[in-house]
Amino acid sequence: MSPELKEASFSRCVVVGASHAGVNFAFALRKEGWLGEIVLIDSDLQLPYHRPPLSKSYLQSTEESGYTLLKAEDSYAKEGIELRLGLKVNSIDREGKTIVLQEESSLSYDKLVLATGARPIIPAIVGIQEASNVFPLRTASDVKKIREVLSRTPNPKVVVIGGGYIGLETAASLKKLGASVSVLEREARILSRITTSEMSDFFAQLHAENGVEIFTNKNITAIESTDHIAEVICSDGARFPADLIVVGVGIHVNTELAAGAGLEVSNGIHVDAHGQANDPNIYAIGDCTYHHNIHFDRFVRLECVQNAVDQAKIAAAAIAGKAVAYDAVPWFWSDQYDVKLQIVGLSEGFTELVFRREEGDRSFSVWYFQGEKLLAVDAVNHAKAYVWGTKFIKTRQLLDKAKLQDSKLEFKAAIILA
Amino acid sequence: MAKITFITRDKQSITLEGNAGSAMALAVANGVTGIDGDCGGVCSCATCHVYLSPEGLERAGAASEIETDMLELDDNANEFSRLCCQIEISDAIDGLVLNVAR
Repeated sequence: MSPELKEASFSRCVVVGASHAGVNFAFALRKEGWLGEIVLIDSDLQLPYHRPPLSKSYLQSTEESGYTLLKAEDSYAKEGIELRLGLKVNSIDREGKTIVLQEESSLSYDKLVLATGARPIIPAIVGIQEASNVFPLRTASDVKKIREVLSRTPNPKVVVIGGGYIGLETAASLKKLGASVSVLEREARILSRITTSEMSDFFAQLHAENGVEIFTNKNITAIESTDHIAEVICSDGARFPADLIVVGVGIHVNTELAAGAGLEVSNGIHVDAHGQANDPNIYAIGDCTYHHNIHFDRFVRLECVQNAVDQAKIAAAAIAGKAVAYDAVPWFWSDQYDVKLQIVGLSEGFTELVFRREEGDRSFSVWYFQGEKLLAVDAVNHAKAYVWGTKFIKTRQLLDKAKLQDSKLEFKAAIILA
Repeated sequence: MAKITFITRDKQSITLEGNAGSAMALAVANGVTGIDGDCGGVCSCATCHVYLSPEGLERAGAASEIETDMLELDDNANEFSRLCCQIEISDAIDGLVLNVAR
């Protein structure tokens, strides 16, 4: 047994935030052999669940408890993880190694892990606070409220504010449920901050075919509410009546707790390759962290399951005394209608794009290069491109771009490699 | 109702009963080591890799195209591999034995 673990048998590890990162961390820490207490705290009252399905299958589900639990209820007790839900953490006393909870109670820690995630931005639009039936989509409770409005409104009109992944997935799910859906995007194209114009065009077309109306260059100036319906008003005079408004315009990172304790914070909580903040007893993991990625040699903040899980594992290993450095290639996915988008890598800074369209069906991939270096792959209905893109980025192998884009050639590593 | 047996890498044998949902969800709900299901069961992460016997594969069916492609992420995948988020529990697979890959 490592000295860290031996010492740890009377120790307490406190985890703030019980979503993908926090829950995976708690179970990983136990698996690493931690003998002390593990206390997992979250302000959400629900048993921890998967967030990605919220805008997809859960929104479309008619079952009351259709959400997917991260772990079965009894598995927390089985692993000796004390789950404390519905509890807010007010501050951290680093000198006293204590966190202060609501109502002034406190809890001491030997190791503290911040997995505080992010919260949705509610833009400062005139009338948005007064309007009823305006919801973000981040928690199971948000989805529950959205489903309640839909269930009591015949032929509901929905306005989705924001044409990012959350907005588009929500639009697709609500359309499937029979709602009339309009997506209002501020920029000239949907997904503008995250992908290429070709990919934006593809998704715009996909939504149009499925009867979702997308309006770009829409700057919303006000929401006017009457008894039964709201109207979303844009600067160009366009008005959109809405029984339900879903807001998906991005997130604020929950860094207040860390910043209040004097930890280094900018675009997220700064952590090293082991998830450690600038305090040897405090770690941070998941969406709330600002960390270095070795494959792209820059600091990033990532909003994804991959980073939550991978940082959870390396922080657990580090606290158990095993130094494993973070070296993951980020990956993401989005499901809309019958289209599966899989993304690997980070495309920022690309200098060249290579498109590969598969013959016959609606599958293609976009390959982002910086010179000869492959940065990222967007794969639509083509898991093979996603898988090989992952391998090529990890191994830094060079590709023959001409062969890559020639869909008459079989998609095989032996053919595509330079 | 179907009984599914998971055999972990450290040779633990765990037999579980399920009515519906995927074999991955059953494994995660019961804490089977080596089955993570990070993506929640939408064939996006390849963290629920299992091996079947030839007979088992006949009963559970072969991997779909996307599943076969995703399995290539794991260098240890072979012709008896499946991602068990794509194996639906039903009476037809009662008694199935799944060897966890990781």
